[in-house]
Amino acid sequence: MRDEPILQVQRLEKVFGRSCSHCQHQDTRQLEKNFCPYCGTVYACRNISFELFPGEILGIVGESGSGKSTLMQCLYFDETATGGEMFINHEDFKEKNIFALSNQQKRYVRNHILGMVYQNPAKGLKMNFSSIGNIAEKLIAAGNRHVGEMERVGTELLDKVHLPLFRMKEEPKRFSGGMQQRVQIAKALSNYPPILFLDEVTTGLDLSVQASVLDLIKTIQREMGISMIVVSHDLAVIRMLADRTMVMLNGEVIEKGLTDQILEDPQDAYTQQLVYSLL
Amino acid sequence: MTRLHHFAFFDEGSKKEIRRTILKAISIPGYQVPFSSREMPIARGWGTGGLQVTLSIIGKDDVLKVIDQGSDESVNAVNIKKLVEKTTGIAITEGTAEATIIQSRHRIPEQPLTEGQVLVLQVPAPEPLRSVEKSERQTKILHAEEEYSGAWLQLFEQIMKYGQTKTGADHPVYVADRYVMAPSPIPRFDNHKMNHSEALILLGAGREKKIYAVPPYTDVRSLAFEDYPFTVESFAEQACHLCGSTDTFLDEIIDADKDKVYYQCNDSHHCLAQVNGAIQGKGDISYA
Repeated sequence: MRDEPILQVQRLEKVFGRSCSHCQHQDTRQLEKNFCPYCGTVYACRNISFELFPGEILGIVGESGSGKSTLMQCLYFDETATGGEMFINHEDFKEKNIFALSNQQKRYVRNHILGMVYQNPAKGLKMNFSSIGNIAEKLIAAGNRHVGEMERVGTELLDKVHLPLFRMKEEPKRFSGGMQQRVQIAKALSNYPPILFLDEVTTGLDLSVQASVLDLIKTIQREMGISMIVVSHDLAVIRMLADRTMVMLNGEVIEKGLTDQILEDPQDAYTQQLVYSLL
Repeated sequence: MTRLHHFAFFDEGSKKEIRRTILKAISIPGYQVPFSSREMPIARGWGTGGLQVTLSIIGKDDVLKVIDQGSDESVNAVNIKKLVEKTTGIAITEGTAEATIIQSRHRIPEQPLTEGQVLVLQVPAPEPLRSVEKSERQTKILHAEEEYSGAWLQLFEQIMKYGQTKTGADHPVYVADRYVMAPSPIPRFDNHKMNHSEALILLGAGREKKIYAVPPYTDVRSLAFEDYPFTVESFAEQACHLCGSTDTFLDEIIDADKDKVYYQCNDSHHCLAQVNGAIQGKGDISYA
């Protein structure tokens, strides 16, 4: 039995710069890494296609500058994709290219169907608003206008991410990095999005906190059946979380498959280098 | 009389630009229309927005009332009145009903305004989303996409911290079910006066270079959560010590020498009218 993919991305492109005669055409362009040596145009994401299935975690690995975060930002509409299509298996948007929707509709998709956890909590949270307020923000955006209900959901989620509840009315700027990250996860989960994006969520956290955040993500996936895309340059994180993995280099997907397969039997030269450089 | 200034201080080109801005503002209720705010003979932040609106719509037959925090006689109101009077020669009044244009700071008069009147409000901070989003470019996008989570979030935070919404003034309103608007720092007590107002309401922010409007008979709804309905200031059944009104916005005046607290109408003209009416009323009875 094969499920319908919940998210489908086809030929996604993201270009920074105006291109020149040397790099305009996909087949003839000669890039240095991911940029054109003549005009400096950066091809951050090139011809990226993939599918995400319900309840699955898809891992994306690659060195810094390989286009992982840019890809995520395009999927969450923080950046506008230059080209390509995105489809979501949701009754309101069936057969519709999400990238071609109006900004207002994109905001709806973002507020109702997607969740995002950024590497830097300052990007996903309002540091000067209370933690419970931060969670309420996402619920308000999704149309909730009932304080009691939002407080209940927020409290439940903050408890789920093991945040001491007596601190829920404090601002995240007074929290440790790990706590901020957990508030961010609670916020992303608040409207039970079917799709969650996690961008380097454990980078910069110490090992014990990393473990508890990873544990939390795994629990959430099991209990809530949320589909996730996890971006990381840390293969251990990918090994623990992801069912399937894509390897990115210079804006392109160079290898994809089952995580175990990629880590145990890498095919591409770069992937081999990446896997064997694991300390 | 020879005037040193052009009628109403401005040259006609400036008036034309501001009038066009006002027309656009009226056409899109609650939308902040940018305009090229002029240097005025008073400092920015002291009512230049309201003054520019007043000067560009005023005509020779108009009668002007200017109030500041409910008072016709405070420095700001008096100076603005003097400037308009000097440069136009039009009649000035304190009577709310006689005025065709009422420029105000922080209050809407107690006496209901009527069709044909124009209320000009001075606005220090026109952007209701500014405290959650610093960038003007971003707030413009948020308005365009009708994304007002930020305005609601501020109210939610107040409820979390204090158990109720604590907007002392400038409680945000939804205009015609589309734009969220800062009603200028009027007390919550005055918010409902904007809803289906018979008078045209123009709001001018000189420092922030924005003009916006609430046309007559427009829906204006104060933001409130389902389980925390919008409430106005209550004065715990106090009455004005001068006129005895219990249904007006009262100022609390503390007399430190006598260690006493007085309550007095904030709207000085309305209070005076009540007192005069009461005296006249008594007279009628005694002479009857």
